[in-house]
Amino acid sequence: MNTPDGLRYTDKDEWIRRDGPRAVVGITDYAQRHLGDITFVELSRVGNHVRQAQPIATVESVKAASEVYAPVSGTVVAVNEKIVADPGLVNREPYGDGWFVVLEPTNPAEFDTLMDAAAYAAYRAE
Amino acid sequence: MSPFGDWLMPIQYPDGIIAEHHWTRRSAGLFDTCHMAMFAITGDAETTGLEYALTCSVNSLPVGGCRYGFMLNEVAGIVDDAVVMRLGRDDWMLVVNAATAERDEQHLRAVMRRPDAVRSMAAETGKLDLQGPLSREVLRPLVPPGILDTLGYYRAVRTRMLDMDVVVSRTGYTGELGYELFVPRDRVTGVWRALLEDRRVRPAGLGARDTLRLEMGYPLYGQDIAADTTPLEAGLERFVDMRKGFLGNNALIEQWAGGIRRRLVGFRTDSRRSPRHGYHVHAGGRAVGSVTSGSFAPSLGCGIALGYVEKAYADPGIGVVITDGRIELPAIVTEPPFYRDGTARTGG
Repeated sequence: MNTPDGLRYTDKDEWIRRDGPRAVVGITDYAQRHLGDITFVELSRVGNHVRQAQPIATVESVKAASEVYAPVSGTVVAVNEKIVADPGLVNREPYGDGWFVVLEPTNPAEFDTLMDAAAYAAYRAE
Repeated sequence: MSPFGDWLMPIQYPDGIIAEHHWTRRSAGLFDTCHMAMFAITGDAETTGLEYALTCSVNSLPVGGCRYGFMLNEVAGIVDDAVVMRLGRDDWMLVVNAATAERDEQHLRAVMRRPDAVRSMAAETGKLDLQGPLSREVLRPLVPPGILDTLGYYRAVRTRMLDMDVVVSRTGYTGELGYELFVPRDRVTGVWRALLEDRRVRPAGLGARDTLRLEMGYPLYGQDIAADTTPLEAGLERFVDMRKGFLGNNALIEQWAGGIRRRLVGFRTDSRRSPRHGYHVHAGGRAVGSVTSGSFAPSLGCGIALGYVEKAYADPGIGVVITDGRIELPAIVTEPPFYRDGTARTGG
């Protein structure tokens, strides 16, 4: 299981990477493996305001459907249309080109509620 | 690995469901189907009562022939689906589902005139399915010369493979050219390894087995058909020989005369989103049925499903909406198979 340093993680298997005033969100390697081949992605719209732990996307695999939740509150400022056209990208590059949305966080203090790489790796190793 | 009955079953191997699916359509997938059960029946089909126990015509099979049919209860509910194989004049093999095997055995013993003619082969027999357009060439060097050239679709033969007695049938659950291999249980691992030595073969799990069968519209017992559905409702009357006597035929004739209220149909969506088991089917602003099996179809790139709808909505071309109460998937009632390029009948 790959859990890069420098990212923050949720207990629902999302990751978030701060990038100045913005933050990129995706699902973890653990999540993509658990889902198996991803066949469908639906993303929140640009401009939507989401609160922490609210859905920002739906992913479906052959096996299951599940929601992706916002790691922190914010405004959706970009979405990755590439994973809509090619959902397998999420399996291949969960921390790279398989990102989901870019948020402009409205309450940066929420980052402190998230796990770092070591904590998340330990959480998922349980 | 997932538990299925008392079995631990691989849902997928490291390649993943979609890769395994495509590999089976393109080359050859190897499926561990040792959970399935078989019965040996010895004797005349009429005298033993095998003919009466199955909806398909049994005694008319030539030696080496296979036929798909059903075991029904008195009210024509499906007890199980099965493939019957005639391996010799009085030598039959019945291949049934894993979860129903015990019940099937009780049913057969209760229904047949000669219950002692039925013997469970489950403890001694393992089964592997080799499926895919290249499966004939993969199998050829392992069996006696010429055997596969005369083994047409839905034919079976007792033969030798890797120095053991086996049954090879040209059957399967994928729509591709392929074989089911019935081998001594204690030798299954060796056969599995020998087949995988061929680089054209890759292991495929239950996940791919399900997407492959669903693309063909093959029903899954316990999901699409069950004791509370009849072959008429399931649209599978072509596997019922109404000219012969079998348990359940009076109820079926009655249902035929009275008309059915619902029918199992296929649905095709224009989305990559999967309809799933339990989703409702809406038409004309109300619920008219429900989905029994649904998935993303890797070979078609869209969601497909099987499900029951009121008879008025069962005709191909009718537009419906499949919904879980939250999402709505427009779908068209479609006559299976959804996937029409299968190689199952290639080369006779």
